[in-house]
Amino acid sequence: MSEGDASAEQRDAAETAATDPDSDAQSVTFTAAGFRQGFLAGVPVAIGVAGYGVVFGVVASRAGLSVAEAALMSATVLAGAAQLVAVELWADPIPAVAVVTTTAVVNLRYVLMGAALRPWFRELTPGQAYSSVFFFADENWALTMASFRDGDTQGAYLLGSGVVLWLLWIAATVVGATAGDLVGDPAQYGLDFAVTAIFLTLAAGFWQGRESLRPWIAAASVAVAANALLPGQWYIIGGALAGAAVEIATHESEGPTEVTAGD
Amino acid sequence: MIDSLSLDPTVVAVILAMAAVTYATKASGLWAVGRVDLSERMEAGIDVLPGAVIVSFVAPALANGGVPEWVAAAATLATARKTGNLLASLAVGVGVVLAFRNVL
Repeated sequence: MSEGDASAEQRDAAETAATDPDSDAQSVTFTAAGFRQGFLAGVPVAIGVAGYGVVFGVVASRAGLSVAEAALMSATVLAGAAQLVAVELWADPIPAVAVVTTTAVVNLRYVLMGAALRPWFRELTPGQAYSSVFFFADENWALTMASFRDGDTQGAYLLGSGVVLWLLWIAATVVGATAGDLVGDPAQYGLDFAVTAIFLTLAAGFWQGRESLRPWIAAASVAVAANALLPGQWYIIGGALAGAAVEIATHESEGPTEVTAGD
Repeated sequence: MIDSLSLDPTVVAVILAMAAVTYATKASGLWAVGRVDLSERMEAGIDVLPGAVIVSFVAPALANGGVPEWVAAAATLATARKTGNLLASLAVGVGVVLAFRNVL
């Protein structure tokens, strides 16, 4: 998450003669212009995310959620990977504890991402900051961080890009959930494999190169074993925690010069 | 078929609980920095969680599958890595699994 830091700081230092990135954020504003700038920058990204929204809608509908329920989830949760995992866990009766716990585990990364926003967001009022973060998702967070690192001081950028993402996410969910109602037996078309394919695609997006290998092998091994031995869906959290534990135990400190491809 | 506008109270309650924990994760990063000091090691552990959840989800399904699923999984991953496009990798994965099941 540190790519671009060095060059942005150099630029900022040249402009303001300050080397502490926190002090560059003094003049962050929260304006309609910033909102608009974020909204427009978010449009192409939101269109890309809408594909996931349609797929989520279909999966949610197959899991037994009504169109209104799927739309409500998209409108209030706004976290694609977590929503897809949650509706895959859906059953009758709903395993509420497993669903909510898994949602929290999938979304724990947002704690770190929210922390990265703080140098700029602490200049906003609590109302502005805490309403903005409702609308943050992976994609508009990345856009916003890039904008801040380029020296922009539009505090409403996250909100603007988040609102357009939110609107398309809900609309796409409704489209998918409506279409999902009309599809027949999924196995007939090989669609039973669709969920696996969706999750493999999500996994490819979370892949961070060789450093992902060890935790992922641990997660897969524990999940397969737990799935054979334990009832219910606990193999998912068991596998995930095993992956995190292996990472915590074996993590090697990254050199300060590490450069990764931008996302 | 479910009425598309129906809102089951239990479902709504679970969704709102999901929304609450999700908002808590999004807001707590803003709140916690400066108050809680996470080690780099801990951050790396949190960072691998979403990928690890997905892997944990998929691994048993693949382990219980057969050759068609394994080949289709490889094709899906290759397409996802190459294009980054969900609909493309979805189409390839489903297409390959269907082809293999009908051939073998």
